[in-house]
Amino acid sequence: MTDAIIELVNVNKSFGGVIANRDVSLTVERGAITGLIGPNGSGKTTLFNSIVGYHPIDSGTIRFEGREISQLRVQEIARLGLLRTFQTTRIYGKMSCVQNMQISIPHRKAAFFDMFAYERAGVIERAEHLLAFVGLYEKRFLRAGSLSFGQQKLLEFAMALMNEPTVLLLDEPTAGINPTLINGLIDRLKRANAEFGITMLIIEHNMRVIMNMASKIYCLAHGEMLAAGEPDEIQRNQNVIDAYLGAH
Amino acid sequence: MQQVLGNISVLATMPIFNLGLLIDGLLIGSIFALAAYGLALVWGVMNVKNLAQGDFIMIGGYITWSLGRLGFNPLIGVPVAMVVLWVLGWVLYRTVISKVIARDLFTSLLATFGIAIVIQQGLNLAFGPDTQSAHADLPTLSLAGGLITIATTRILGFVSAILLAVAVVLFMRKSRMGQAIRATAQDSRAARVLGIDTEKVYSFTFCLNAAICGAAGALVAMVWNVQPFLGTTYSIRLFVIVTAAGFGNLPGVIAAGFGMGVFEQFGGFVLGAEFQQALIVLLLLMVLAVRQLQQLRIRQAVQ
Amino acid sequence: MSRTSLHPITIGLLLLAGVAAPLLFPAYTNQIAVLWLMIVFASTWDILGGQMGYNSLGNIFFFGAGMYTSAVVQIGLFYDVGMYTSGARTTHIVFTTAQYFTGFALGMMAAGVAAALLALATSWIVFGLRGPYFAIGTLGVAVAGAELIASWEWVGAAGGISMPVFPGAPEVQKLFFYFLLFGLAFVVLVFLRWLYSTNFGLAINAIRDDEEKAEAMGLYTGRYKRTAWAISAFFLGIAGAIFGNMTGFIEPRDIAFPTTTFNIFMILMVLLGGKGTFWGPVVGAVVFHVIKEVTWTYFLGWQFVALGLLIVIIVVYFQQGIVGWLMEKYPERFGIRVAPKEKQDLARPASLSPQPEGAE
Repeated sequence: MTDAIIELVNVNKSFGGVIANRDVSLTVERGAITGLIGPNGSGKTTLFNSIVGYHPIDSGTIRFEGREISQLRVQEIARLGLLRTFQTTRIYGKMSCVQNMQISIPHRKAAFFDMFAYERAGVIERAEHLLAFVGLYEKRFLRAGSLSFGQQKLLEFAMALMNEPTVLLLDEPTAGINPTLINGLIDRLKRANAEFGITMLIIEHNMRVIMNMASKIYCLAHGEMLAAGEPDEIQRNQNVIDAYLGAH
Repeated sequence: MQQVLGNISVLATMPIFNLGLLIDGLLIGSIFALAAYGLALVWGVMNVKNLAQGDFIMIGGYITWSLGRLGFNPLIGVPVAMVVLWVLGWVLYRTVISKVIARDLFTSLLATFGIAIVIQQGLNLAFGPDTQSAHADLPTLSLAGGLITIATTRILGFVSAILLAVAVVLFMRKSRMGQAIRATAQDSRAARVLGIDTEKVYSFTFCLNAAICGAAGALVAMVWNVQPFLGTTYSIRLFVIVTAAGFGNLPGVIAAGFGMGVFEQFGGFVLGAEFQQALIVLLLLMVLAVRQLQQLRIRQAVQ
Repeated sequence: MSRTSLHPITIGLLLLAGVAAPLLFPAYTNQIAVLWLMIVFASTWDILGGQMGYNSLGNIFFFGAGMYTSAVVQIGLFYDVGMYTSGARTTHIVFTTAQYFTGFALGMMAAGVAAALLALATSWIVFGLRGPYFAIGTLGVAVAGAELIASWEWVGAAGGISMPVFPGAPEVQKLFFYFLLFGLAFVVLVFLRWLYSTNFGLAINAIRDDEEKAEAMGLYTGRYKRTAWAISAFFLGIAGAIFGNMTGFIEPRDIAFPTTTFNIFMILMVLLGGKGTFWGPVVGAVVFHVIKEVTWTYFLGWQFVALGLLIVIIVVYFQQGIVGWLMEKYPERFGIRVAPKEKQDLARPASLSPQPEGAE
């Protein structure tokens, strides 16, 4: 069967009286790009937050590479190789781009005294290579907080790559990006997936983007899994169309 | 250690003492609850953690004491202190607080800490470092054959505190300004959009809190004592109460206030008066530790 | 700030200043010694406050802990501590020169180590707290320290301890402690310069800029926070040991754990000089200390009122400090490169604010 690198089975999460996720199950295949769509308020980001350990879930299982991770904290899950980017694009504002990259090396390999090591030459080389990959090479010494929103998004992506993740959860990677730059971003995402072998689970609102990239798509609505399948199946699925147009 | 054990055994063998301590604790606790409510108010509405709260109380106390020395009935201190502190609160708001509201939280904390130091040292220069009290010369009730003594002033303080608290709560519920305050506390941006002058609300809230502290201080001077540097102890005490209860939780804050009063009475009896500050600080650390453990379960930090 | 060590000229100037000062201003040796102490206070506070974003109101805890640890070692090596500190003692105890210096040397080392261990022990109480809770929590730790010592008979409780007397002429004593404090300050500056140039510096800055992001990237935030706390504690402990011996008499509330003086000065100096910069704390310490020493006596009892006002003024009006202000005016000079303002991405309306996480 397909190699499921992430498996969710009947995940439930509510906040106070509001049920954000109800009995959600999905699998992410290793090496693939999987999409997660749904109208606003359907529980997508909550699901992401549950997967990466930002909050505990009420019930259900979340498995990463076969291992149950729903009890682990964010740092621990990140060190296992499961990373996420943020909807609001978070980077270290007062540091330069290169420094942002330097501190994003995979820490799972770090011993205690590595804290006191200098920046190794290999690290800077790799950082610059990845910054070039996302098109920020010329801006690499600039203070990250002074970059434009789109550039910060690219930096965040580069930092994630720097961390050598196995899986990357991207929360609306094209939101707020100038339409002319979106193609460039899609291209880089696809290349990262193909060249670095990074599995991706992407929340997207931009249908053109996600239908183009994903091999499988899940659709959430009102906290429940509404439909799952290949892009053209989903596009023709009446329930999905209704959910977006508000027929429910 | 011997003494501590001795004190504990007294409590164990004579249950009537426990009752006395309990009553005393509740009476004092009412004042704590009142002042804690003020602190929670400012915290909830403006996100300002007023480290000078205890020092406001001391000012109220010294005003009352001074009135007492001038021959007035210290009870007049309550309204007088409220008025004076309202004005002081207004001045402080205009000069300092309004400028730090929008900034990060450490700034407002430091600013109020600076104010606290100014007040403490100012009081010390004005009144000297001795502990003072403004006795209202009221009788002491004797119950249970003399084993429980309750000063009528304490009962008076209790009643006053309750009345004030009820007045404030009613104000918050029924009046326009009260509603505006509650709206701002919930969502200041939405309040602004709906036409509420949040600046006025902040100013009013801060003044109201100062007045509450003034009243509490007046009661403290009559019921207990005042000293220029006692303010810090009060500030920590009130902070413990609000942290333990959660600042949005009014009944919780009041209950915790009473609880603190009772806890201190028992603690003071068992360990001795000189451990007062130590006890309160340890309680603070305990409350913070418990908070952290609670937050840990939902994988958050205490912020 | 990526140089790994102080420029040789800077080192030279520092050494020159340190050695020349007592020669040029012999009457002010003690005050300048305290200036070096202030530099230690400011620089260690800034590790957590400026570089890591954790504003501590309780660093003085380690100063006092070190002071008392050293006292206990210095006395305890040769006499029974409980007997020495008891008010009922009538015998006059004298320490030989050898005893004094051995005790002091071991005392200083023990002070640093004990303070660092205390930092590790207290870290679990305070590092689950953020922002103002952290500040108040650390203040609580410091006050708790003062109260604990004040009620502990074995170390003299509130009555304090008379430290072993320095076996030498007052002139020698002044210079001895001067060079100890200068030496400590020098070591702290060199060490911190190196420390900030390693991954450690980057990591604590990342924690300051966005701790949740750092966690989400797998950074061992706990490790870094505890180590930063322990490093500040270590130097503060040694400073306490030295200062305790310099003053000759230690007591819990005003000398060892002065929560309203040294504890607050630390923060003031750093704010004044520039939080999160390397030289900011040093500049702030110098400016603050010099002004304070010069104007102190003119305040006639109003010193602390003035101090409180100063806190308010600096916090409200001058938060970025001297170096911070300079860095904003002349960023290029400090190696900071800021992107020129470009046209914003067209797709994003200027007033759109980010959705709160979890809105989906």
